[in-house]
Amino acid sequence: MNNTDTPNTNTAVDDVELKSRRTIEIVNRGLAKRKAAERRFRFYGKLAIFMGMVFLAVLFTSIVGNGYSAFVQTYVKLDVYIDPQIVDPQGERDQEVLSGANYGGLVKSTLRSMFPEVKSRRDKKALYSLVSNGASYDIRQRVMENPELIGQTLSLWVPADDDVDMLMKGKMDRDAPESDRRLKDKQLMWIDQLAEQNLIEKRFNTTFFTAGDSRDPELAGIWGAAVGSFLTLIVTLALSFPIGVAAAVYLEEFAPKNRLTDIIEVNINNLAAVPSIVFGLLGLAVFINFFGLPRSAPLIGGLVLTLMTLPTIIIASRAALKSVPPSIREAALGVGASPQQAMIYHVLPLAMPGILTGTIIGMAQALGETAPLLMIGMVAFIVDIPSGVFDPSTVLPVQIFLWADSPERAFVERTSAAIMVLLTFLIAMNALAVVLRKRFERRW
Amino acid sequence: MQTIELSGDVMTEAENTQEFGAEKAGGTATVSRDVRQTVGDVTVNMPRMRCKQINVYYGDKQAIKDINLDIGRNEVVAMIGPSGCGKSTFLRCLNRMNDTIDGCRVTGEIMMDGEDINSNSIDVVPLRAQVGIVFQKPNPFPKSIYENIAFGPRIHGLAKDKAELDEIVETSLKRAGLWEEVKDRLDQPGTGLSGGQQQRLCIARTIAVNPEVILMDEPCSALDPIATAKIEELIDELRQEYSIAIVTHSMQQAARVSQRTAYFHLGDLIEVGETKQIFTNPRHQLTEDYITGRFG
Repeated sequence: MNNTDTPNTNTAVDDVELKSRRTIEIVNRGLAKRKAAERRFRFYGKLAIFMGMVFLAVLFTSIVGNGYSAFVQTYVKLDVYIDPQIVDPQGERDQEVLSGANYGGLVKSTLRSMFPEVKSRRDKKALYSLVSNGASYDIRQRVMENPELIGQTLSLWVPADDDVDMLMKGKMDRDAPESDRRLKDKQLMWIDQLAEQNLIEKRFNTTFFTAGDSRDPELAGIWGAAVGSFLTLIVTLALSFPIGVAAAVYLEEFAPKNRLTDIIEVNINNLAAVPSIVFGLLGLAVFINFFGLPRSAPLIGGLVLTLMTLPTIIIASRAALKSVPPSIREAALGVGASPQQAMIYHVLPLAMPGILTGTIIGMAQALGETAPLLMIGMVAFIVDIPSGVFDPSTVLPVQIFLWADSPERAFVERTSAAIMVLLTFLIAMNALAVVLRKRFERRW
Repeated sequence: MQTIELSGDVMTEAENTQEFGAEKAGGTATVSRDVRQTVGDVTVNMPRMRCKQINVYYGDKQAIKDINLDIGRNEVVAMIGPSGCGKSTFLRCLNRMNDTIDGCRVTGEIMMDGEDINSNSIDVVPLRAQVGIVFQKPNPFPKSIYENIAFGPRIHGLAKDKAELDEIVETSLKRAGLWEEVKDRLDQPGTGLSGGQQQRLCIARTIAVNPEVILMDEPCSALDPIATAKIEELIDELRQEYSIAIVTHSMQQAARVSQRTAYFHLGDLIEVGETKQIFTNPRHQLTEDYITGRFG
């Protein structure tokens, strides 16, 4: 009230003014300090983000720096004469004979003919070791596929040994004393000769993307692990998505609010925090020992990862269902829909983006999981590409673990390359989650 | 707004009846605010719904107490009263929407076509088709206008084929006075309409399943005066075919659209009567205080 008629109110107004002036004074005094605090606060935030970015950059540079060279591989060109005497002495083209023939001998004789001056047993051995064992497998495969090649000279690029590969990639010091090198002086000389004749070169490493694991780095690939990961994830998704969504829907929409529901809820939340290796032990005890399912199989891996992923999916789905406004449910129930119809036609579609995001994040977790799979034998050395969920296989993160454990220098870059592949998958999955969320997102 | 203190809030039933009887004997004199027994005739001839002794509890708290009220045929019953008086709670009893609230318990008898719809043996799905509801905030489904209307008939299997469904959608929208505005954009989302259009869409959605009674829970409280006028006009038209119970905060609205008015106060049904009588000559002190704006 601004009534200035009476002196009484006048003093009151003065009093109010005085008080407000004092308040402003006090506020002004503290203002500089407040602003400094604000600036500091923002600086801390920026610093935190900067640190995070630095760590991320270090991680990526280190991985890419180590791993990019694994995408190329050194190959040596050989002109191999497929000697009928060695491959098929009877000339019957019998598959069994063809498959059992001494193709290594062919490679060796080719190498001998390329370097006729090599005579001593020891030198020959050194010479043979320049080329990977994979060369003979390659020739065998070609001959088996096309027996017409017998008697002809086959000109082909075969993978070089991993030590040669390392040298070509500059990861071996030529100037180190001979005793400190994996390649001896003579071998270096031969390699130089090959390089002069353009018989050795680096090419894109298709083996890395098509082969299974191998003891020889130059023959090792991630395809086996990738297929194993894929099969495991399929099992995980097929089980955890329907079970998780159904559980979330029941708990959120239909379960009576009583103690039992509370206990279930608490347990699901706790399950999300259980260390993953415990799920591995459980899988070992229940699925393998009790039910007698095959070990190392993607089926078991999928079952174990389902147990691990379920809480994530249930919690995310419940949050998504909870965020659907009750007015939508009421609207559906109001026109006479049963709770199930309201759920299927309206609530679930609206919750779907959230559910999908949760599921994909759960799947990404499962894709990167190693520990529980070690327990159920997916850590075995498996060369063959799995063709089904019962075949023994390994998965990408376990493959990385295995390679990181290997002593050969060439496995270092393969480890990093495998990490790059795994990260690519993870980023792709997260991107998919974002796209799906944007796509299904609707306003209400 | 001011809060009033009610001296006789915890009166015994006996006292209550006694005083009420005395007042009734007294004739036209205004009933004292201490009396919490319903004044006026709660019944009508040939009611569409008849509620007897309805009590609603949220957990231990009683929200409405011993309500008796008839919903007549082809009439609009308005329910007015201050916030928290239980008028919406009562409305939601009429199609069992309170079932969806945890810890909500409804006792009493709601007779409709000779059946007690409040009994556990009644299936709420056909009931809600029979007694439709329009909510305070327009809540169209985040789907197309067409789908909004078609949902009800589809889940109840009211249409044999697409053509029939199209017809239901068209007539429902026409009856809700929305057809001319949306006929060219039936595939557009219902949420893209204006507030008033959305509310008429919700009304169309309700009448698409051919209900007999339409419940409206403050249908205009989120709308501007022009949209409100349209809805009120619509309510008046719908009265020809349906029985309507409407909860409203606006006394003017109650006066404009309804034939009978019920005044609720703190869970009690204080007075029921012809709308004209309630607004011109209230018989209970509380009703008078409310409609004259002494509290609200």
